[in-house]
Amino acid sequence: MKTTQDKWLFEISSKQKLVSFNFTEIWRYRDLLFLFVKRDIITAYKQTILGPLWYVIQPLFTSVIFTLIFNNLGQIKTGNVDPFLFNLTGITLWNYFKQCLTGTSNTFTKNQNIFGKVYFPRAIMPLSVTISNLVKFGIQFLILVGFYVFYLIKGDNLSVSFNYLMLLPLYVFMMALFGLGFGMLLSAMTTKYRDLTVLVGFGVQLLMYLSAVPYPLSEAKDKFPTTVATLVEYNPLSQIIEGFRFVVLNVGSIEVSKIFITLIICILTFLIGLVIFNKTEKSFIDTV
Amino acid sequence: MMHSNVILKVEGIGKQYRLGLVGTGTITQDLNRWWSRVRGKEDPYLKIGDTNIRSEQGSSNYVWALQNINFEVNQGEVLGIIGKNGAGKSTLLKILSRVTAPTLGTIKSKGRIASLLEVGTGFHPEMTGRENIYLNGAILGMTKAEISRKIDEIIDFSGCLRYIDTPVKRYSSGMTVRLAFAVAAHLEPDILVIDEVLAVGDAEFQKKAIGKMQDISKGQGRTVLFVSHNMASVKQLCDRGIVLKDGKVLFSGGIEDCVEEYLNEHDESTEHRAQVVWSENEAPGSEDFILLGVKTTNHKGQIKSIFLNNESVHICIETKLLSDLNNMRLNFKLYNSNEIIVFSTSSHQFEAVNKRVGIYNYEIVIPPNLLNHDTYKIALQAGMPGIKQILFSTKVLNFSIEKITSSGTTYSTVLPGVIAPNITWNIR
Repeated sequence: MKTTQDKWLFEISSKQKLVSFNFTEIWRYRDLLFLFVKRDIITAYKQTILGPLWYVIQPLFTSVIFTLIFNNLGQIKTGNVDPFLFNLTGITLWNYFKQCLTGTSNTFTKNQNIFGKVYFPRAIMPLSVTISNLVKFGIQFLILVGFYVFYLIKGDNLSVSFNYLMLLPLYVFMMALFGLGFGMLLSAMTTKYRDLTVLVGFGVQLLMYLSAVPYPLSEAKDKFPTTVATLVEYNPLSQIIEGFRFVVLNVGSIEVSKIFITLIICILTFLIGLVIFNKTEKSFIDTV
Repeated sequence: MMHSNVILKVEGIGKQYRLGLVGTGTITQDLNRWWSRVRGKEDPYLKIGDTNIRSEQGSSNYVWALQNINFEVNQGEVLGIIGKNGAGKSTLLKILSRVTAPTLGTIKSKGRIASLLEVGTGFHPEMTGRENIYLNGAILGMTKAEISRKIDEIIDFSGCLRYIDTPVKRYSSGMTVRLAFAVAAHLEPDILVIDEVLAVGDAEFQKKAIGKMQDISKGQGRTVLFVSHNMASVKQLCDRGIVLKDGKVLFSGGIEDCVEEYLNEHDESTEHRAQVVWSENEAPGSEDFILLGVKTTNHKGQIKSIFLNNESVHICIETKLLSDLNNMRLNFKLYNSNEIIVFSTSSHQFEAVNKRVGIYNYEIVIPPNLLNHDTYKIALQAGMPGIKQILFSTKVLNFSIEKITSSGTTYSTVLPGVIAPNITWNIR
């Protein structure tokens, strides 16, 4: 009897540990994680005529507009790759980041009803958003592959670098980490200061232009003022986009050191986001 | 024996809330708080803050919704948590179910806690009943395998078999609630926290729901924390209880004593006063006669306003006669909540015809097992028949009767009727 006296399963305490991320608990709730993913996917386009076709339409139309404005009007050079394919590649990965960020940045405000009534590890929510967006990304990536094959048959000079193809999942993973980490950071702060929800809306839009989505990094270095060029170059997002394009289209350049630095930044962002998120989840319901 | 299997231990729990709007002041307070934490000091805002008394003006913007709550729950015990509105029950439930963290103190648990603060959390209108069972079950902490094992039972309990593959948005509200409750009722945590307001739906389903709750707590020997306003079901279900008042534990002990304590505790801030006292210049009455005070007590003389139906209600009236009068009488009328006069009675059969100046105390005794579950109003009037009124009819006090059933059922058995006396049936 005495021995069981101190064996508590868990403790609810007012004291806050700096990092109290309970991976075993998330593992125990894995079924919930996948049910949320399933819910997101099957309910996303219920009662729409085109349904999942919207996944396809969004990036295609954006790419067409980008091609018209930046390449036809703005004369941005995209090497020996067709501008449309160039834009589609960038936008596909960028969309994934955007969806992860906006989807997770309102975690607390959007789910306050559910969070106010029942406990489960709150990190399940942003994780499920990241995973269900991965499915959308997969569909959009298939479209990209389709167009890739189309341009290949058309006779364009495309050379996929099979040596680097294994880097592809790494870039997607880095994007997921960065979007998730940044989104969790924002979600923690929006519980108190709603100003951030407004900021996220147009901030993401502006960020895209500083992340080398509609232009190659080399063009930025040539044509932007040096300060802006440095900003774009040191933006981990432009490194990810540029690297992704390099792997898929073999345009631009990558360096091993830069990949490492970007990876470290992504992991750090994720960890910081996680810590702040965990601090907030304990009592956000009082301030939301 | 007593300490052998404590499953849940609550130690010094306190919860502070900030009142008012979250505005510009809050960011400076946040910085201040952060700065003191960086320096390793205590949170400067923890010291201030008032006890949570809703009706009074406090001195600061911080309030303690709970203060220094301590209790232990043993394995297999059913603990009732009772208290008036705003006593801190919901806050305690939220902390126990980890929806929000306490400001002070710790809770230690040896088992998984599942809480039912609301049914149907996370229901998605676009998904079918079956999909929602899985989702809701998982939110409440069940694994997919567990749900699959019980799904037939859940569908059967809900009685929604025909609609189970239809999106929930096509359900009637009653059906949604039935489905939601069915999922909740099939949870199997070590410790279950239940809010009794959950028993919703039509009468038939309510009976089923409360029967199920009873099953969970009594039949399966599970540890349950039960929150309710219904004293009858608390008495039926719980072994032990704690009474909360203004965020503090007012009383803890056997459930009978708890209910007694809860009913005795009277709250001056509401209309439900058990005593009124007038000063001589504002007392109702006339130049001949005034009322000085009225109170309702039980047979022991304890002043209270909520009585059990098996208690007698004593109404004590203090009056002052200012001139000598002949033939005066004090009339008493009892109204129920529908403004129907339940009965009326008069003092003249019990006192002298000629009365001299002085203070007169009356006590009217309403016998036990007479009144029904209701709120009653006491109206007093005095006069000399055919000559004049010396006190116009005034409603002076309210009191309530709570019905405790003896039939062994927990769902409310309030029978319709103005009164509810013990009636004998002789059947041959």
